[in-house]
Amino acid sequence: MRSVLKATAVSLATIVALAAPASAELTGNLKINLDTSNPAPRATMEALIAKFQAANPALNITTNVIDREAYKTQIRNFLSADAPDVLTWYAANRMKPYVEAGLLEDVSDMWADGTDIAKELASTKGALTVDGKQWGVPYTYYQWGIYYRKDIYQELGLSEPSNFDDMLSNCEAMIASGRKCYTIGNKWLWTGAGWFDYLNLRTNGFNFHMQMAAGEIEWTDPRVRETFANWGKLIRMGAFIDDNQNKDWQQSLPFMIDGSAGAILMGNFAVSPLREGGLTDDQLDFHQFPAITAGIAMAEDAPTDTFHIAANAKNKDNARAFLAYIVSADAQTEMNNGANLGQLPVNSKASVDDDKFLNKGFEMLSSNSPGGVAQFFDRDFPAEMAQAAMEGFQEFMIYPDNLDDILDRIEGVRKEVY
Amino acid sequence: MNTTLVKQNWYKRNEIAITPWLFLVPGLIMFAIYVVFPIFQSFRISLFKWDGLGSLATHGEYIGMANYEKLLTRDRSFNISLWNNLKWLVFYLASIPAGLFIALFLNQTVRGIRLYKSLFFFPFVISQIVVGLVFTWFYDPQYGLFNGIIGFVGFKPLNVLGDPTLSTYGVIAAGLWPQTAYCMILYLTGLNSVDPEQTEAARLDGAKGIKMLWHVILPQLRPATFIAFVVTVIGSLRSFDLISIMTNGGPFGSSRVLSFYMFEKSLSEYGFKMGYGAAIAVILFLIMMVFIGYFLWRMYQDEKATNG
Repeated sequence: MRSVLKATAVSLATIVALAAPASAELTGNLKINLDTSNPAPRATMEALIAKFQAANPALNITTNVIDREAYKTQIRNFLSADAPDVLTWYAANRMKPYVEAGLLEDVSDMWADGTDIAKELASTKGALTVDGKQWGVPYTYYQWGIYYRKDIYQELGLSEPSNFDDMLSNCEAMIASGRKCYTIGNKWLWTGAGWFDYLNLRTNGFNFHMQMAAGEIEWTDPRVRETFANWGKLIRMGAFIDDNQNKDWQQSLPFMIDGSAGAILMGNFAVSPLREGGLTDDQLDFHQFPAITAGIAMAEDAPTDTFHIAANAKNKDNARAFLAYIVSADAQTEMNNGANLGQLPVNSKASVDDDKFLNKGFEMLSSNSPGGVAQFFDRDFPAEMAQAAMEGFQEFMIYPDNLDDILDRIEGVRKEVY
Repeated sequence: MNTTLVKQNWYKRNEIAITPWLFLVPGLIMFAIYVVFPIFQSFRISLFKWDGLGSLATHGEYIGMANYEKLLTRDRSFNISLWNNLKWLVFYLASIPAGLFIALFLNQTVRGIRLYKSLFFFPFVISQIVVGLVFTWFYDPQYGLFNGIIGFVGFKPLNVLGDPTLSTYGVIAAGLWPQTAYCMILYLTGLNSVDPEQTEAARLDGAKGIKMLWHVILPQLRPATFIAFVVTVIGSLRSFDLISIMTNGGPFGSSRVLSFYMFEKSLSEYGFKMGYGAAIAVILFLIMMVFIGYFLWRMYQDEKATNG
């Protein structure tokens, strides 16, 4: 497949011209709000915007980069009060409140049958669809899975686990050597949600997980309890680092780097800081989260990050051209390569950078995830449900004995949300 | 010609009564727009189920007192927040005696006392966010100074901010640092106006130490104490920044207070319950009103006493 990609060399100018057939060169203004405040993503976006600028010298582009965490609360203000033309956000349920409030532009026209976007981005269409219409375009996605210290595994004579028993016995060996099995920083709650996602996907399967997201299953259901029972096994044996409730995820990485923990369940964005922390590709490796219940199809989390047009935007034509440019094969290849975002391109004609972790992730998602691909807990579940449940996960990871109380509380929220 | 004359006369006749109001008008208008009106708006929003996006008229659903009913009967997080507010209220008051003590200590004339005073005042000048960060590192279970200190005395290490029973106290302790400095400044200015003749007279009568403080100095510091009390109580009810930066309300919501809970429900990353948040705001407002009402009443009484 990748050879096809390399053959398709479409020059930048053509893409832009195709995207905006009315005017070959764009004029006027374009205001872009970005949440890509971390150094590498920020530089990537700025470079891509500079290229877009170079192709459209008459266009007056303003870019605001907002801190990633602050962005999540500011978005509601700027969407209604001071709308940009283009903005970054997340797919699925995370964009739903803004879609329902009429704050995002319907871009179904860009996704219409026969367009390049419809052909090349087909796999992510569902994540951008609400009420049968599309409300934005994806620009990147990335795999989740277990990143582990290969050198430590080898030292202890361990291999990648293929089922839950292996996972537990590996972990016992790890603990016996005076280490922790998994590092996690759960202050901001979503890291624990990753563990729930995987344990539930492996224990009960993708369809069950999605039924839960839709509110059709009680949190006190015995099948849900089984997920927590598996999780509890890991917690009670001391698999996770201590005091994880008040560390953020960046603070959990040094445990991996100094070897006091053997692995981390995380998205591919953890690779770059781990490499910067001094781990080489010989030391760091990746494996898929092992199967738990035999016979359940593997399913993965692969969150998609997106671009949208504000409903109150002033320059929607320019904004559409920019979106078309961002998802084009060339821009996708460049944006997601290892030197930039280091993630997976959404365009099927773009090439995946030749990076160990991207290759493994791409292969896993395209051939070894037959059960389905989920977005992520807080993107699949409605906001209020996600908040309450993740708070429960945080408590469970410290006080696993409080499980009944936690599940009752989450169930109470479920009854009200749906 | 005639009419202007009459008008002028009317204004002249009422000048004393009207002029103060003319000066007050800009302030009153601002106060009405930015304080009084939003209060009523909050009351109104609290009767709706609304996600805060889109207009209230089209997207809101009127549900009467349901938000309050849920808050007061079925919401455990609300109870925790309310209790934490109470803890803040009580323990934050410790900054008043602490501030007094430091003020008394610094109220002397030695070389470089101005420098010492400014150093003690320093925590109030720096941002609450910085205070929060400093204390977060201080409490850090692995590398923090706090565990070093208690380990030196022979205690086991504690994860203050990660323990649901301790986190609120940990945050309050951080809050006491700048608040003590604030109270100290209030008392330092108060001590400047203590009448030296009275102190001298008391000394001749044999008053010393605690007795002198309690019967001679403190009564003269009453205005300072009152102001310190007011700012501390209000400050404790508005505590937000420290919680947000140090614990984010956690672990598992154990260090939330009402203001933080309100933010979380209505404006945070996962908060889309504007009506519910408004109901929390209204309750917080009513609690504050009890204190503010008391303060206003006290001030009014004092004014009446001095004027006549």
